[in-house]
Amino acid sequence: MNPVPPTPSQDAAQPERRGFLGVAAAGLAGILLAPGVRLIEIAQAAPAAGAATAGADPQVRWGMLIDSTKCSSGCTDCVTACRTENGLPENPGTTGAQWIRKIEIKEIRTGKTQSLPVMCQHCAEPPCVDVCPTGASFKRADGIVLVDKHICIGCRYCVMACPYKARSFVHEPQTNQKPDVPRGMGTVEGCTMCVHKVDRGEQPACVQACSAAGHGAIVFGNLNDPTSEISKRVRAIQTSQLRADLKLDPGVRYHGI
Amino acid sequence: MRTREDIRNFWLVAVLAGAITAVGLGAAHYMELHGHIVTGMNNQVVWGLPHVFAIFMIVAASGVLNVASIGSVFGQTVYKPRAPLSGLLCIALLMGGLMVLMLDLGRPDRVIVAATHYNFKSVFAWNVFLYSGMTAIVAVYLWTMFERRMNKYSKPAGLAALVWRFVLTTGTGSIFAFLVARQAYQSALLAPLFIVLSFGWGLAVFLVTQSTMYAWEGRVLDGAIRRRMARLLGVFIAASMYLVAVYHLTNLYYAKQAAFERFLLVDGGLYPLLFWGGYVLVGSVLPLLLLFHPKLSSARYTFAASALVVVGAFAFLYVFIIGGQAFPLEIFPGHTVSSSFGDGAIASYAPSLPEFLLGVGGLGAALLLTVVGVRAFDFMPQDDFVSAKS
Repeated sequence: MNPVPPTPSQDAAQPERRGFLGVAAAGLAGILLAPGVRLIEIAQAAPAAGAATAGADPQVRWGMLIDSTKCSSGCTDCVTACRTENGLPENPGTTGAQWIRKIEIKEIRTGKTQSLPVMCQHCAEPPCVDVCPTGASFKRADGIVLVDKHICIGCRYCVMACPYKARSFVHEPQTNQKPDVPRGMGTVEGCTMCVHKVDRGEQPACVQACSAAGHGAIVFGNLNDPTSEISKRVRAIQTSQLRADLKLDPGVRYHGI
Repeated sequence: MRTREDIRNFWLVAVLAGAITAVGLGAAHYMELHGHIVTGMNNQVVWGLPHVFAIFMIVAASGVLNVASIGSVFGQTVYKPRAPLSGLLCIALLMGGLMVLMLDLGRPDRVIVAATHYNFKSVFAWNVFLYSGMTAIVAVYLWTMFERRMNKYSKPAGLAALVWRFVLTTGTGSIFAFLVARQAYQSALLAPLFIVLSFGWGLAVFLVTQSTMYAWEGRVLDGAIRRRMARLLGVFIAASMYLVAVYHLTNLYYAKQAAFERFLLVDGGLYPLLFWGGYVLVGSVLPLLLLFHPKLSSARYTFAASALVVVGAFAFLYVFIIGGQAFPLEIFPGHTVSSSFGDGAIASYAPSLPEFLLGVGGLGAALLLTVVGVRAFDFMPQDDFVSAKS
């Protein structure tokens, strides 16, 4: 073993080191500052928050009741209507957005089969809202869970957190978007309960399509209003929540499962 | 004094690390232009290979600081001269990991939003503070070590860094632990598991770096010091295996988790292979053999063992992160399910070149920071001084 003698004096290397440090520090400062300055410009270019809107009514809790006994296997009218209404891809692969999908289920023990649509359950305690670092995932006062496309950074933590697989990440540049439903590559999205229609006093597209097909398997309405159709039905028949064990209090109820 | 060869070597490594970083940045730019469609990720596996790299670096960053803590907080003289290098590696790995994490965002251009909009219920938002705080505390800690007037504050700074690193790794583990939706995660064990994993991964990274630096300078690390650190690595590996075993055993205890565990450990194809072959065999058993076998006591076996621990870490994280997402969510217990959205089906994921290059770019950035730091400051452990003084 040949131990190398320690450097005689640290001062001998000082001028060279100082010069190097100076250049390195200046370079590093430039690298760190330039993107920051650019990002501040981008942030300031965003429109001012709080543009005038009427605001959602906190007295309302929008919800849906899905009657799987009326839902027909093979019928995908609700899915098609959602895609048309929101400008979603018609044939999504594994990377395409699916805000609502039909799931075929078969009970292992009895062999009983059913078909039902699953979408964002618009939870009262939404895990996606809890985990979102920027607050882009949020719940409106009337219970509709949405994504603010302006502050979503695309971290996909909400996709990880959602027990219903209700969220999609936009993997590709988008064209031919609907004016009411802005979408953006690199952000996360999900069923909006057709908030743009609901705010106009209309029913969500999937509900309309299901009625038009003659199934009437989806009822939409205000769960807080005891006189509403949905409230009456929920009181009269047995309903269940998906993943009720998580106690998320979803706004979407199911009958017949 | 530096020889001409030294200077040439420095620039060689610095340029190489810079080039790797640049390729990573280029890959990130490509991903930003085209979207995540150019990665292997999809709507079932939304966190891919970049997360494996990023989480490795962030977990190892907190673990690598242990070397400093053992020195300045617990007063072990052998570790004290290694504290500066340990602090530098901590910052470098943290920066590398964060670079990958941020550039893998869907909208990396909006990263400033993560600093202007906070949701304090989000573990991610906590981590923004934990990571920046860690960098600041370690920077101060390094200052107290280098600046003679500040030396007396080195111990409290070291203690603060030690406490912070525990909180930080708890935060990293909690990113997964709080995901109630997924069978792979939702376990309070993940916080302590990540802390113990960080001990091993951090020390392994430290030993690899230290060996490389000594070889570069043509010096030989004292055998007693090396054996001591090797033994410690062995203890960390064993402790990690214990907690990983407990994590899987608790899952196996619950009937509802049996299918998931079966997928991960037995019939999930690549995932059991990576778990048993990558993490258990290559990343744990083999290193233990290399570290403790009486006939394998030379320096190169310690180096090999450390490198294998790093390989095992990647295998573990791949199984944990990707495998955990590949297994379908159980929305209808007791039912078989099928849909157009992959319900009830095992998701497929094949990493693409850009995301791999982004991950490697993060490692390159960590290497670049380390090389420049070592060059600019005195990070080389000086055991000769210690033995002369004591």
